[in-house]
Order: sequence, then C-alpha cells, then structure tokens
Amino acid sequence: MSAEPLIQLEHVTKAYPGVEEPAVKDLNLEVNPGEILVLVGPSGCGKSTTLRLINRMIEPTSGRIIYEGEDVTKGDPNELRRRMGYVIQQIGLFPHRTIAENIATIPRLLKWPKDKINARVNELLEVVSMDPSIYRDRYPSELSGGQAQRVGVARALGADPDVLLMDEPFGAIDPITRDRLQNEFLRLQEELKKTIVFVTHDVDEAVKMGDRIAILRDQSEIAQLDTPEHILTDPADEFVENFLGSGAILKTLTLRRVKDIELSPLVTLKEPFQRDQAFAMMNEANTSVAVLLDSNNHPTRWIDERALNRSSGLEKAGRPISVQLQPEDTLQDALSVMLTSAAGMAVVVDARGNYLGGCTVESLAQLLIQTGSENSGS
Amino acid sequence: MSTAVVLTAEDAEAKPTRRWRSDSLDLVVTPALFLILSVLLFVVWNYSEFDQTTTKILEPAKLLRQMQEQLYVAFWSTVLVVVIAVPIGIAVTREGAPKIKDTLVSVLGLGQALPAYGLIVLFFVWLGQGATTVIIALATFALLPVLRNTIVGLEQVDKSVIEAGKGMGMTGFQRLFKIELPLSVPVIMAGIRTATVINVGMAALAFLIGGGGLGETINAGLKLNRPTAIFVGAVLVALVALAFDFIGALAQRYLRPKGV
Repeated sequence: MSAEPLIQLEHVTKAYPGVEEPAVKDLNLEVNPGEILVLVGPSGCGKSTTLRLINRMIEPTSGRIIYEGEDVTKGDPNELRRRMGYVIQQIGLFPHRTIAENIATIPRLLKWPKDKINARVNELLEVVSMDPSIYRDRYPSELSGGQAQRVGVARALGADPDVLLMDEPFGAIDPITRDRLQNEFLRLQEELKKTIVFVTHDVDEAVKMGDRIAILRDQSEIAQLDTPEHILTDPADEFVENFLGSGAILKTLTLRRVKDIELSPLVTLKEPFQRDQAFAMMNEANTSVAVLLDSNNHPTRWIDERALNRSSGLEKAGRPISVQLQPEDTLQDALSVMLTSAAGMAVVVDARGNYLGGCTVESLAQLLIQTGSENSGS
Repeated sequence: MSTAVVLTAEDAEAKPTRRWRSDSLDLVVTPALFLILSVLLFVVWNYSEFDQTTTKILEPAKLLRQMQEQLYVAFWSTVLVVVIAVPIGIAVTREGAPKIKDTLVSVLGLGQALPAYGLIVLFFVWLGQGATTVIIALATFALLPVLRNTIVGLEQVDKSVIEAGKGMGMTGFQRLFKIELPLSVPVIMAGIRTATVINVGMAALAFLIGGGGLGETINAGLKLNRPTAIFVGAVLVALVALAFDFIGALAQRYLRPKGV
C-alpha cells in the first residue's frame, strides 16, 4: 500500500442537467497498483457511474481524474480508453467480427504490425484457456455465455493495459459458470497482477473477488472502504451491516482456510488392530467414529462401532471417505463437506493424501463464536 | 477439496452454427416469377397476330430504347435516394443530434401519401420536362423507405456493442464505419431494395413529362386499343422490376456481414 496509487479520483462530482441531486458527489477514491478494488452497493448508488468516470465514458462535472500520476480529466478520451481494459456485463462482442478480430480491436486501433497482433491474439486466447486453433475464426454467435465472457476479458487485455475496469462482468452468467469464471479470473490475476476496478451488486462476489471493497451508498458516497475481512467482521455502520445481510459472519468462512483452524485429532485405526483396543480408544476419546488409514497413511473409511462388530474384514465395513479437505480449502468448503459426510466431520489431508487431522463442526462453531464476540467487543 | 472438480474451458452448450434463413425464399420465388413471365411474353410475341399498328408500337429498336430509358431513370433515382437518405439517416441518429428524426419520417410519410403521378406533375411544373425531372420526383417519392430503414437499422444495433467499442477507444467515425453501418447493412439494404422496386415501377410514368420509358408502349397500346401492346409493355416493366428486386435480394444476402 505504500506505492503511489495508480488511479485517483479527486473530488469528482457528476451532475446531470435537470436532476437536482448529483449522481456522484465529491468522491475521493484511490486505486493501488495490482489490487482488485470492488465497488459494491445497492442499485442506483452510482457504482457504475463511478467506474465509467474513470475511463471518461461519463465526463465528470467537476473534480480531477489522475492516472499514472497524470491528470487525464482533459485530453483525448479515446487515447485514455485504449490504455484501460473495459469489460461490461453484456460483453458487447462485435457480432460481425471473428473472435480473433474482436480480440485484435485495440491493437489494431494502436496500429500494431500484423504479425504482432496475430501472436497477441493467440497468446490471449491461451490466457483465457481457449484453443486458438478452434476459436480464432469463429463468430461470437457460436459461443456460449461463458466463452463469450472469456473472449470479452481477452479483448480488454488486448494491448496489455495496466488497468481493467469491469462492470458486473459475470452478472449475466449462470451461477455455476460464474463461479468457475471467478476462480479462473482470480488465478489469472495471480499471474497478471493487473489493477482492477470491479463493480458488482453481489456481496458474495465482492468478498470473493476483492482485495479491498468499497461499499457505496447514494451518490457514490463511500460507506466503508476496507479489506473484506474487516468489513465483514467490523461493519462501519448500520447501512453496511444491512447491506452485508444477516449472513455476514458466515461469509467470513470463504475468507478463511482450513489451515487457519486447529485440527482436532481423530481416533485413527490402522490394520492390523485389536477390536477391544479400538473400542477402548474410541471410548476414551468419547467418540463413536474412527478413521481407518491404509498402509500409506491415507484415510480410507469411517469406522463406527457397528462396523467394528461385524465379523467380516474391515475393508468393506463402515463408510468410505469420499471427500477430503486440504489445508488450502476455504472453511465454507469445509462446512459443506462436513454437512454431507457420514460422520459429521471431515478428514484433512496434505497434498499427497497423507492424514493430517480432523475438522469438526464444533471447531468451526468455536471460530465463528470467537469472531462474533471480537466483533461486538470492538 | 480433493474431490475431482475438473475445470475445463469447454462450456457444455454451444450454439448451432447455421440457421435456415427465410429471406432465401425470394432468391427462388423472384426468378421463378421472372421465368413464367418471360415464357408468357415469348408465347404472346411469337404466336399472336400483330396488325400493322401493333407491329409499329412494338418495334424492337423502340422497345430497347424505352427499356434503356426506364433503367436510366430507375437507376439514377435510386442512386439519388441513397446518396440523400443514408447520410441524413446517419446524421439524425448521431449522439446529440437534434431530435428531428420522428418529425422527418412523418413529413416524408406525407410526401409518400401523395400519388407519384401528382408528384411527377408538380416537379414538371417546377423543373420542366425530361428524364431529370422524373429522376428527382421519384427520388423524393422513394426517400422514405431508405431513410426510415437507415434510422431503424442504426438504432437496432445492440447498444452494448457500441458501448464496448467506445470503451475501447474507438472514435465516433470508427464506431460508425466499423460497427454501426456493417451491422445495419441488412436493414438499410432492405430499404434500398424497396426504393429500387418503387422507382423501376414508377419510371413507367416518365413518359408523361417526356422522360421516355416503357410507359410509352403501354400508353400507345391503351390509346390505340391494342391489348397485345399493353401486355408486352406491362410484362417488360414487371420483368425489369423483378430483375432489380432479385439483384436487391442478392445484395441483401451477400452484403450481410458474416456472423450476423
């Protein structure tokens, strides 16, 4: 955060003639290089207008816009826009141009040589995981919604801008594809390290995508600007609290990972073992289930008392452990695994599948209660 | 989670690549009609008795000249319409243009409500006789379909596509010539095609003020009561109109941008 902000809005106001209240009123906002800043707020709060002020799709009534240390409030807006990627919800691919031609739009405007454009198009298609040999010469009408949005992102990245402005880019896509695109996009961002201003009305998306979140209320007034953690655990006021909704604490689960909580030791069994010994261990631990490990220390099955009482071999007793957690998984994943697992708890393994410990609903609940009390205490 | 959630780039649905187009129909119907009329004309021409007057009216050299005049009037009036109506259509749909397009369309609509006959006579009073007067009169008459379709064509272009172009730093001219016009070609072409057919048909009235054309033959046939001459003249007018319509259909089809 010590670096110079890449984009600065200084006292920016946008008023429309004939409308008494300005759409954006005296907004000050700084975007740091390499971060994803999410603008989120109820409809009509001016978040989209704010985004469009940055590349002067909407001209400010007063105030200054600084980009890379340079005042860009005056000067050629087209030249400015070619230096910033712009992705909108409706994507707006040119239907009469092939995918390759669409992606080549900005490089062509900048009059790049032909073979450089060609190479760039292929590179960008690879970046958004689409095979150039298949998709280059297709037309947008031949793509699904998810593919079209990928091409939209590739097109915005055309001339390798430092900044991407995204206006509800995943808003019109079905939830499953949206989730996938979000993950892909975050992975992409790890490599690209672009500076991104991202508009959404969806709190979950904001929490997931944002390095910082600006919660806006009417006239684009910043109600709170902070990291997702801080906003979720310490909402600035009632407006923010209401906007986050009742599930705010649950949403913190998406921000924490399994490695952040203390794993509970489970009773583990390894062949060969004595049945009585197993019973004794389970009694001592006051639990009704144990984890069966194979010779490689990989957890394989949940074993309960009934399974132990069976006379036949243990390979088929109990229930198989179908889903395991890894330290990198979010606690939200952990919760859903626990709720669906036969034992009401989950097994955590390392990347090679070796047993590390268990994760129980109690330990999660503990964490949530802690978070809640910290929150009300502050 | 170590469940096998495989992320693939391939989305399951992909849209069908080609659709059947209803406008291919007139690429079949128009030539068929043309063929039927040609056969009729051939039969009438070869197997009916021509008296001296009919022979005189239907002198091939004369018919050829009239046909040329007809085409001349139809062609140049259409060119004039396009040259006037398309730029006006573009101008009134620009961002920040005065909001006159609705007024313009209704005024021209009134113009079209005037009979072409009357319009030609009015222009004759003003400009005197000759083909040029007919061309100007017809251009006025056929302005509306082209202007209206230019406006509609430009306005039906998906706003988000234009917005995306603007957001990438395309200038107003670049957006017009690279996005808006290509995407409105089918609609504008439909208007031009309508205007062409109007002009070809109405050019038969050119003879009224000394503009020549096949109207002369029809008129002579009517005055001298020679049904064969009337028939031949009318069928020739229809054939020219059908030919123009077919060219229009071809243009509409092949100028349509790919992918749309």
